[in-house]
Amino acid sequence: MPKRVETLVLHDSTTPVFGDVQKGGNVVIASLDTLLNQARANSLWPLTFGLACCAIEMMGMVSARFDVARFGMERFSATPRQADVMIIAGRLSKKMAPVLRQIYDQMPEPKWVISMGACASSGGVYNNYAIVQGADQVVPVDVYVPGCPPSPDALIYAILKIQEKIKRGNKPRSLTDLRLFEAVSKDGARELERVKA
Amino acid sequence: MSVDVLKSVVKPVLAGFGITARRLKNKKVTIMYPEEIREQYPRTRWRHFLTRYESGLERCIGCSLCAGACPARCIYVEAAENTDTERYSPGERYAVRYEINMIRCIFCGYCQEACPTGAIVLRKNFELADYKREDFIYTKERLLEKFPGEAELPFKGQYADKPAPVFTGK
Repeated sequence: MPKRVETLVLHDSTTPVFGDVQKGGNVVIASLDTLLNQARANSLWPLTFGLACCAIEMMGMVSARFDVARFGMERFSATPRQADVMIIAGRLSKKMAPVLRQIYDQMPEPKWVISMGACASSGGVYNNYAIVQGADQVVPVDVYVPGCPPSPDALIYAILKIQEKIKRGNKPRSLTDLRLFEAVSKDGARELERVKA
Repeated sequence: MSVDVLKSVVKPVLAGFGITARRLKNKKVTIMYPEEIREQYPRTRWRHFLTRYESGLERCIGCSLCAGACPARCIYVEAAENTDTERYSPGERYAVRYEINMIRCIFCGYCQEACPTGAIVLRKNFELADYKREDFIYTKERLLEKFPGEAELPFKGQYADKPAPVFTGK
């Protein structure tokens, strides 16, 4: 009798993940999409995009202590053509933004983006003319990681989140999801309008 | 010829594997993160909590000193007057809105230092990553303790089996 698998185990490639995987005896039945997503989620190749101090924590994530190879990410790619997920690690200056966008465009579909740390996600303390206030104005970001810098475990948690997203069959964010306004002032203005209304 | 091969290939290879073999008895350094969390230091600064007194009243008095001390300007406080019928904190005022933009916060802990009543504290939950930008505005409902002492509970990860150990100096 096939049993419905309810539990969610994110990091174990041998365990079927979500509801539509039917498991009975030694046979696992799943749709091709599910299997593809499983394969994608468990062999994400990250693109190093170390821009500042967050990159040090990203390197720490690869070290023996945290060992991101357990999640199928042992090969950090220095070329965008062989990468699946881009980790923007550090503050993104306005001079670097076109480069980031070009590298993103060079990555093959499907591609995911992790915005690592306060500066990449929102500008952080650098609320000035030189820093892009959130990398999601340049590339669509799938997972944001707070922290300054996030510890390697916090980044691994973000990778678990992105694997979860892929295994659920959700599409990565596309360029239509870009945030085309400045971060803090407009956010605050909208919040104030919401409160007044 | 064969002696050369023995000298130049086999010997260094054996020497190399010898190092591996000697290291095998060492303690494993890898932390199996999602199930097992590495030890946290006592003053680790991650997720914020707004704490309560034992009586259940909120500690926050809405003075905005945390917002003033914040180098990233990620805290927003709006205060309102307590009344005898609606009392939230022991003082005159309380925070009617308290918001932290978690992706702008740099977890420096200055808010914790600036707080005169010890209302805002930073605790050990580092599992904060999320999909949507809007979800990072932590409102007062999310920050405030559900019951007094919730912030002091040992941190247990989402996929962990047991709470993370705290470093004791040994």
